[in-house]
This record gives sequence, C-alpha cells and structure tokens, in this order.
Amino acid sequence: MAVVTTPGTGTGARRLRRVAVPALFLIGGLSVPTVVTNVGAFEDRWFPLTTMVLCGIFVMFTLGLNIVVGYAGLLDLGYVAFFLFGAYTAGWLMSSFFFQIDPGIHIFDAAINPDSPGINLSFWIVVPIAAVVAAIAGVIIGAPTLRLKSDYLALVTLGFGEILPQAFRNGESIKGFNLSNGTKGIGPTNPLDMGWLSWTGVGKDAINVFDYKTRYYVIFALCVIFILISLRLRDGKLGRAWLAIREDELAASLMGVPLMRTKLWAYGVGAAAGGIGGAFYCVSLGGVQVDTFNFQFSVIVLCMVILGGMANVYGCILGAVILTWVNYTGMKEIGNSVNNTFGTEISVPKYQFLIFGIVLVLMMLFRRDGMLPAARQKHSREIDAQIEKIGTEGVA
Amino acid sequence: MSDLILDASQIRVEFGGLVAVNDVDFQIPTGSIVALIGPNGAGKTTFFNVLTGLYRSTAGTVMFDGQPIAGRAPHQIAAMGMARTFQNIRLFGTMTATENVMVAMHAHLKGGLWQTIFGSPGQRREEQAARDTAHELIDFCGVNGDPDEFAKNLSYGDQRRLEVARALALRPKLLLLDEPTAGMNPQESDDFIAFVRRVRDAKQLTVLLIEHDMKVVMGVSERITVLEYGSKIAEGTGEEVRANERVIEAYLGKAATHGAT
Repeated sequence: MAVVTTPGTGTGARRLRRVAVPALFLIGGLSVPTVVTNVGAFEDRWFPLTTMVLCGIFVMFTLGLNIVVGYAGLLDLGYVAFFLFGAYTAGWLMSSFFFQIDPGIHIFDAAINPDSPGINLSFWIVVPIAAVVAAIAGVIIGAPTLRLKSDYLALVTLGFGEILPQAFRNGESIKGFNLSNGTKGIGPTNPLDMGWLSWTGVGKDAINVFDYKTRYYVIFALCVIFILISLRLRDGKLGRAWLAIREDELAASLMGVPLMRTKLWAYGVGAAAGGIGGAFYCVSLGGVQVDTFNFQFSVIVLCMVILGGMANVYGCILGAVILTWVNYTGMKEIGNSVNNTFGTEISVPKYQFLIFGIVLVLMMLFRRDGMLPAARQKHSREIDAQIEKIGTEGVA
Repeated sequence: MSDLILDASQIRVEFGGLVAVNDVDFQIPTGSIVALIGPNGAGKTTFFNVLTGLYRSTAGTVMFDGQPIAGRAPHQIAAMGMARTFQNIRLFGTMTATENVMVAMHAHLKGGLWQTIFGSPGQRREEQAARDTAHELIDFCGVNGDPDEFAKNLSYGDQRRLEVARALALRPKLLLLDEPTAGMNPQESDDFIAFVRRVRDAKQLTVLLIEHDMKVVMGVSERITVLEYGSKIAEGTGEEVRANERVIEAYLGKAATHGAT
C-alpha cells in the first residue's frame, strides 16, 4: 500500500504550499488588469476587464456559498436571496431613491449632484451595512429552515430564493410605500467613491463608469479580505464545528456543539459575502434590476463551488473565475472563432446550459471533488480508491 | 443529593404502542463504575438516549448533578458534563484525531467569531492550549496512530479509544460508554478494564457502561443494573446479580432455573 502523506503536519512541502499558493494568487490577481490592458487586442477580446470584474464578484459569491455548502454541508439553493439584499441595500443607500428625504443625506459620497435628495452614503460605509443586512436576512431565513435536513433544506431555500425576488418585483407600493420600485428597479446609483484613498494617488473621488481597472482592484481587495476570513474561520473553533456538523450532526450535538447556532453562523457569514458581492454588483452596474435575481444565479454559484472544489477556498476561486469567464466571454468568443474558421453560423452561447450540463455530468463521473478538492476530501478519496483496488480484504 | 451523580426516577419511553423503557428507577453514586446490561432489545441504548437528550421520555424525571435535564438540548446536556461514546463508532471521519477531540472542547472554548477572524493573542493561546490538551488526551487514551491522521484511517481499536478521548475532552462528570469493547479481542478487553478504572481515578468521574461481554462487566463494574423488555429486573453487585434467578432466566431461559435437575 502506498504511503499517504498525513495532513496538518508542518512538512516542508506543505509549508511551502501554504506560502506559495496565496502568493501566486496575490501576484496573479494583482497583475491581471495590467496584463490585460497592455497586451493588445487579443486579450481585450478574450479577457476584457469587464469580465474580470464580474469574475471578482462571482468569486465573492462562491466563497460565501462555500461556507454554507462546503464547510457546513448545508445545501442552499436560494443563495440569490443574499445577493438581492446586498444589491438593494446599495440601491437604497447610494441613490436618490428615497427622494422624500430632502435635503438628502450625504456622507463621503460621490454623487454627481452634491445636493441630491435621498440617502447617499459612501460605498465603503455601505459595504459593511450590506453585509450585516444580508447576514440578518440569512439568520431570519435560516432560523425556521435550518431545522430541516439535506433535501428538505434545499427545497425550502429554493422557495425563499423564488419568493424574495417576487416580493421585490411587486414591492412598488407596500401600503403606499415604494420599497423596490418594482420592475423598473433602482437607479442610477452613485458612482464608486475612492475619496479616502486620494492620499495614495490611486483613488479619485468618483470612479469613472469606464474605469474597470480601479473597480477590479476594489473587488479584488474585498475578495482577499473574505478569503482571509474564510481561512481563519475554517481553522478555528467555528470551522471545526461546521466540519463536525457536516460529518455527523448527531455526534456533533452530543459533543456539545449547538447545532442551530453553529448553522446560523454559517448562514450569516455566507450571506454576508453575498451581501458584499451584491452591493458591489449594484454599484458596478449603476443600479438594481429585479430580473437579475433568478434561480439560475443560485445554481451557477453552486456549480462554481462544486466545479472548483467544495470546502477549498482556492478551488472555489478557480471554479468561479472559469465559469464566469466561460459565461460572459468564453462561449461567445469560442463561437465566433469556430464560425470564422468554418464559415458556420452556430450561436454557441445558446447552448450554454447544454454545455454546462455536460461539464457537470463529466465532473461528477470523473472528478467528484472538483478541480481543486479540499485536502481532506482528496485524501479520503485516495484511500477509498486504494481500498476499492485491494478489495474487501483490505477493509479492516 | 450530591452523592448521586445521576438520579432517574420512573423513566418511561413509549414509541407508539411499544414500551421501550418501562418505569425504570436508576441511580448512580458519584465516582462509581456502573454497568447496564440486558439481552438485545432490552432498552439499554434507548435509556442512554434519554439521558443524553436525544429522546424525550414519555414520563419520569432525570436529575443530573442535582439539576433536571428535561427540556435541555443534547449539546446543553453535554456541556453540563455528560459525555458518551457510541455503539457504532461515530467519529468525524475526515477530521484528524486531534480535530475530533477539539470539537468536543467547543463548549469550553471562548474565542468568538471576531477573535477568530482577527486572530487575537488570547484566541491563539486558547487554540494552542486546546491542541496540547487534545494531544494529551489522545496519549492518555492510548491511541497509537498519528494524531494528525484522519479518524477514518485509524485502526479499529484506535477509533474506539479516540472516541473515549473525544468524550473526555468535554470534561465530563459522567462518562457513558455504549458497548465499548465490541469487536475487541480478549487481551484488548482486559486492557480496557484497567483503562476504565484509570480514567475514573485520573479524571475523577463516574462511568456508566452498556456491555455484553460478561467478563468485562463483572471485572469492572461496582454495581450492575439488568434490564429486560424495558423493565429493571435486578440491581446490585456482580455477585448478587449473578445469583439472581430472573437474570439467569433472562439470559438462559426458564429451563436454566427450573428444568435442571
């Protein structure tokens, strides 16, 4: 039987990987806009910065969902709900939407018109608020549903993911109060403000609509912060409790782990990432449209977690980046290349879900733990494979 | 009051029409080693499940360490100082031995969300101390495997011992062992008897075990309670129980006491 290296110990190779992987990620991530904008037309067509910004947003969502699905093992099919709360929070707090408030509230904002009515807060104030709003929403949704197990939980979260967008679609007049502006959505929102960064020379008061480079750095920074949070939590008391619940709920509770509270923390932290991503998405696009919030979103983010590698932060990042790129640029460009080469007129993006489906089926058949599985899953899978090879004799 | 760590009176558990535990009175003196025995299906594990809060008894009260456990969730009862192992090993398979033990310290660790995120010095010290304690417990229980190995890859005996280590991490006052020697060879069972005594003395706790191996039961327990069809049919020291006619009947059938000439 082959010797299997043990995890957790500080062997040299492991230690090196601990430093090398984050370092590579940081360097790679930071250099993306420079590479992409300086190399020329090819990159501009295949790797436009707009898509890179979207990649960042989806990395955020994927990391959030990873805490719920990957760490705590709670299947959530309604992650769109937290995206929605984050986006609407930004919509409410960074625009003239509440025009009744006149003169408007302006706090470090970058509104085009400094006298505009409504609540106009700086994006950097809105981010924590959006995180908290989404986390509270997560706890409120979670409190009644988290008592359910596996499939039932998935169904109820699916329900919430469907109900909330409908409620916001119809939220034009709740007893005369306009909460969501219905199908028209909220907008335009104030531009992303970077005033507090002006001393470094990087920031400007308001980020130009076409300045994707700065926007990329902003979402990249937010992602880095959330990656750190994910890793820290995973290695702490709460992370252990999440894993224990994923492994064996009953044993965990008998070892003193409060199930409800621990699951709610997973929901809350995961939702907070959804809220932050949502707020950035809203500001990045300059408004909220209720049609953005659909079931497809929840499924795609879940696919990113599964494709990349459940419970592995870097796997999730990879999954999110690849799928986002395929979704927004890859399909289209591959289709164009094929059509140009062969003189055909196939619309590849039309087959997006077919291709998605095939990829998922292949993944499930050949690489069930994702592209970059978490160390523990990979390890146990190797052992299982060995046992299978040895046959029943080998199972002691 | 304080000389009884556990005082269960008139415990009754019904599943629909089936009476799994029938008005059982059960006391455990603090610091003793007590065994609960009985034929398969006698209601022993059900009784355990009532004590640990997994089942709610239909009637009756359980006082643990002077406090009622009624209405408390399993994790609260665990935090009160009641820890158990399982008939079928229930370790967290893809967590290391050390992590398994550290999970059971959950109730004692103070580090909250923010301390963990910011890695405050207090939280780091606490984590390190918890890790050290976990390693000590793993040593104490005689787990031979690597403490950084995943629980599912440990040998069967190590898994059994690791379950005890995990239970001890709760700093229990009462340790419940559900068929701890199942699957062990006679040598391991003998070692286990010595080990249970050592645990009791070193950690100053009380032990209640369910066990089928009569050699272990007689060797380790100071008192024995016998259940049959959910009812208590005998109680006392090993000698008393061994001589009890109803116990012999339950295990060997009526012929053993009446038919023999």
